[in-house]
Amino acid sequence: MAESALPVQLSVIGAYLVVALVVGTAAYRLTGRDAEDYYLAGRSIGTVVLLFTTFATLLSAFTFFGGPNLAYAAGPEWILVMGVMDGLLFAVLWYVIGYRQWLIGRAEGYVTLGEMLGDRFGSNRLRALVAGVSLFWLFPYVMLQQMGAGEAIVGLTDGTVPYWAGAALITLFMIGYVVLAGLRGVAWTDTIQGVFMLGIVWVAVGWVLSSAGGLPEVSASLATNRPEFLSLGGGVYSPQWMIAQAVTIAFGVTMFPQINQRFFVAKDARVLKRSFTLWPALVLLLFVPAFLLGTWAAGLGVSVPEGANVIPVLLNAYTPAWFAALVVAGAMAAMMSSSDSMLLSGSSYLTRDLYRPFVNPAADDEREAWLARIGVAVFATGTFVASLFRPGTLVQVGDTAFGGYAQLALPVLVALYWPKTTRRGMLAGIGGSQLYYLAHVFVPATTVGGVTVFGSTYLTWDFALYGMVLSLALTIGVSLATAPDVGERTERFSVGTGAD
Amino acid sequence: MPRKTNDYLWIAVFGLLVAFGIPWFLWGSTATWAGLPTWLWWHIGWMVLAAVAFAGFTRGAWDRGMDIDREGTDG
Repeated sequence: MAESALPVQLSVIGAYLVVALVVGTAAYRLTGRDAEDYYLAGRSIGTVVLLFTTFATLLSAFTFFGGPNLAYAAGPEWILVMGVMDGLLFAVLWYVIGYRQWLIGRAEGYVTLGEMLGDRFGSNRLRALVAGVSLFWLFPYVMLQQMGAGEAIVGLTDGTVPYWAGAALITLFMIGYVVLAGLRGVAWTDTIQGVFMLGIVWVAVGWVLSSAGGLPEVSASLATNRPEFLSLGGGVYSPQWMIAQAVTIAFGVTMFPQINQRFFVAKDARVLKRSFTLWPALVLLLFVPAFLLGTWAAGLGVSVPEGANVIPVLLNAYTPAWFAALVVAGAMAAMMSSSDSMLLSGSSYLTRDLYRPFVNPAADDEREAWLARIGVAVFATGTFVASLFRPGTLVQVGDTAFGGYAQLALPVLVALYWPKTTRRGMLAGIGGSQLYYLAHVFVPATTVGGVTVFGSTYLTWDFALYGMVLSLALTIGVSLATAPDVGERTERFSVGTGAD
Repeated sequence: MPRKTNDYLWIAVFGLLVAFGIPWFLWGSTATWAGLPTWLWWHIGWMVLAAVAFAGFTRGAWDRGMDIDREGTDG
């Protein structure tokens, strides 16, 4: 199939990219040259666009290819993890962290998380620490998108187009896109892609079901070939693992630069309310069909070649080549748009939180804009090179990044609500938990006196959860033990009269 | 105070929604209905319920815990 279908596949992907580029160019022409417009689209984003632009950044290679791969390999319980994580916990955090950040950001005009915390605690060091940590964990996640694109192309073309070419294509495209369009362009394409993916995943479900003989037939083959997939739990799915995944990812997501920056962009409170309500529905509509496709592929006995993803392989087997190509093009575009958002936010962290305060406080806007774009190119090229080494599966790489961000979430939450939080408390909470987490990622597990340290779990619970507890304990403990320094401005985070 | 009671009620609702996002009482169950596992139907119903609860929260209790006067934020 691959030989004859190749031109069709490549032209579908090409056409999709051209559409995205046209939208980006249109947004570029509307975007002013100042930072608030470039990074935050002038704080004027409405419900649909905010919802989808946040959703699309989640709808990355991790969820669209990694999730179905996991469902294919281990069963569909990942749907439940996604439900708790994105539909419930993240929605609550959307209110608790997001809405509060929006209120504060609107009053004080902040553009980045580091800027907000640095100003509140009167500390450039804290600002740089937050930006540095965020950029560090952004690296593996951008890399994940490139890996996903490379694998998607391999799966779609049966290996005719090599992995590196897919990864290179997405890299070039996203650098060009971010350099051109600001957040407005990114948010628009996110919306188009989000709506498109939502529709097409259901078409894919219908198509696969009808060519495989209908739902009863597909369920029967699943029950025969993989009966263990129907039962809740088992295999990799232990309660501890599912809870740890849902908690670390939900908290981690709130600290992702591109998600966190979304908290500043809503036009008004109504936009945040509507998005909050729609979260569970959107999760349901997208992830159930996507992960069921992965599950059914296992039941139907579809075999996935090493290094490929199950979705393109399944679609190639049960739907026409052009349709499979369309889905993969959509998924690749979604990955690009996730990466665009990440690179855009990453570049704002780089220029506003690191370059401005430390290197050149007097830099004019033009110089800063150039630096941001060069930073994007260097960063994306670096992640591309790293992606060629394939360091782990999509889910493993994503997990590491999410866990790293999750360590930031609780200190930020404490700072947002507890006026007695001090600068030293924040530095200890963020610095301490990051050291702990880094040690567990990079130091090999060793057994000391019968206890395994630096392993992936303690008492069967994921090490990232202990890191979150540590970050909370350090932030509160050190804050209690220290007095605020001059220059710490508690009133920055009091968003109203507080009278009632 | 009724307002305080209301706050605790919402915290309890959110807590319950998160706690039973995974139907623990169906752990190990292989039952299916209409070709899909029963626990998947639970997930579908639960997400709809969550959306309804969240809609209720934005109507009646939004701004709780934020320490602000309500006017000017409903924009």
